[in-house]
Amino acid sequence: MPEDPVKMSELSPEDRERLTLTGLEVEMKNREGSFFQVDQEIRQWTSLNERIEILPIHEALRKYEWLSGYSWNLVKKDKDQYTKYVADQPEPRGFVIIARRGSKTIYPLQACLFLARSPVQHVHNIIIAEEGAELHIISGCASASYTKTGSHIGVSEFYVGRGARITSTMIHNWGEEISVFPRSAARVEEDGVFISNYVCMQPVRKVQMAPFVDLAGRNAIARFSSIVVCTQGSYMDLGSVARLAAEGSGAELVTRAITTGGTIISRGMIEGAARHTKGHIECRGLILRDGVIHAIPEIKGDVVDTELSHEAAVGKIARDEIEYLMSRGLDEDVATATIIRGFLDVRIAGLPDALQAQIDAAIDSAEKSGF
Amino acid sequence: MLEIEDLHVKIGDREVLHDINLTIREGETHVLMGPNGSGKTTLLRAIMGFSGLDVTKGTIRFKGKDITNLPIHERAKMGIGMLFQRPPTISGLKLGKLLAVTSGDRTAMVSEYARFLHMDAFMDRAINLGFSGGEIKRSEVLQLMVQQPDFVMLDEPESGVDLENITLIGNAIARLLEKDVHIVNRKKSGLVITHTGYILDYLDADFGHVMCDGAFRCHGNPREILKVIKTSGYKECLACQKIQ
Repeated sequence: MPEDPVKMSELSPEDRERLTLTGLEVEMKNREGSFFQVDQEIRQWTSLNERIEILPIHEALRKYEWLSGYSWNLVKKDKDQYTKYVADQPEPRGFVIIARRGSKTIYPLQACLFLARSPVQHVHNIIIAEEGAELHIISGCASASYTKTGSHIGVSEFYVGRGARITSTMIHNWGEEISVFPRSAARVEEDGVFISNYVCMQPVRKVQMAPFVDLAGRNAIARFSSIVVCTQGSYMDLGSVARLAAEGSGAELVTRAITTGGTIISRGMIEGAARHTKGHIECRGLILRDGVIHAIPEIKGDVVDTELSHEAAVGKIARDEIEYLMSRGLDEDVATATIIRGFLDVRIAGLPDALQAQIDAAIDSAEKSGF
Repeated sequence: MLEIEDLHVKIGDREVLHDINLTIREGETHVLMGPNGSGKTTLLRAIMGFSGLDVTKGTIRFKGKDITNLPIHERAKMGIGMLFQRPPTISGLKLGKLLAVTSGDRTAMVSEYARFLHMDAFMDRAINLGFSGGEIKRSEVLQLMVQQPDFVMLDEPESGVDLENITLIGNAIARLLEKDVHIVNRKKSGLVITHTGYILDYLDADFGHVMCDGAFRCHGNPREILKVIKTSGYKECLACQKIQ
């Protein structure tokens, strides 16, 4: 077994490639900051933007007393066995990012969480965008090529201040016997925007998550997009929950799911708890080989003047679409791949080009391997 | 260019095309007319090779080769193209992406054709998603211009299209069929389904055919046929014994 890497640049070419597929730039090109954790060891952290701080969580909690008020505030310690496990760790690991008032990032900060030898990797992250700040984060989570089994438990708490914006893009590249349990929650203040994207195109044993967003301020917006391909032997229970708690707030939950033999449970829940709110859930699934896609959209309105809707469709690629493209000269395999590529091509409003390019690259890679 | 001989086609247990014989030579444009449900679109789909219909008898030859059993994309590659009356919506697949795949070495021409058809703003839109009737037809013609087929089948190119768009689409189709080239040098051929005949103002079709109940009932000058249909309806065609 190779030595564990100290820096991202010391990774083996194979593992560098695995990380690249999660959107990480080992050479830090087009990135404003970076955090690198292998198992429970934090190996690297740096920010190129003086108004945005990135720190290991144990150092950040020592440095800023006030931060304890943000820790285990949105995600409760006793939420489930996984949060309890992370909360019980005597030495917390993970990162804290603080984007100061009015700060902007052009390029994203990247966080790399790499599972090498530990049976379990646990992280606790706190991300704060103060008033008017704009912060883009890409989290690449992967296991080493030589790591066959293990679990990753990640707790993330996002605070989107007044008029602030956070985009969080998480791309997974685990192994066939690795289980993953992200536990995330966000609170968005007045005129704030929270955009969360999840992409998983590679095999994994199990992923189970249901990030929650509390739209606490007037006109706060949240958008969740999940783009997943579920291979045989994989089980993905994915959902997102939005509470429209303030007037004028809105949420959109979009899922594009493909199964090539695995099981996908696609949940979505929006609660309209304030006036003049809007929410929409859209789940579209393609069954390419026998597998399961179970869409469970839920909407709940508590007041007058909340508009909530959902649409879900699960099926196969329509024959007339394939033949239409064949009539333009594409053979059946190319026509099918072109339609699947289009199906997964969700344009996410407000996402920086660099992050959209990473999502596109993850889909391209899956396309090359024939989904 | 195209020779159809004694073609019989079934959908399920029902024969929907009977004894179809049709020859379209290089440079010719033929018009296909007939009441709704008479089998016109089925004939185009049979020539293109779509599933859901069985050729039970007869042959389709294109450029001298029997294509009766060829898959759709091979027919397209040989030079057959089709404008759909109601093409499917492919959400997610951008028009520009499809054209990039189909354009081959004609990539440089895509933006010129798109501008010509006022479709340059649609390249980033999913194919036919939320398109109006005129936009759908302009998208179809654009795809054909990029494909540059030698034999073009047009299924009601003017249906659902306003007058301004008919001019645009008519001119584009005329270009596609090389109507600007002298008849002696013209290589492109076409088969056009029309109910209204508006498209004929742009195409100068050479031959007309009337189809009723899955069989040809009349062949002749397309404008003459259209005049009869407009004044007396298709019952005159059904009674007509002029078929050759």
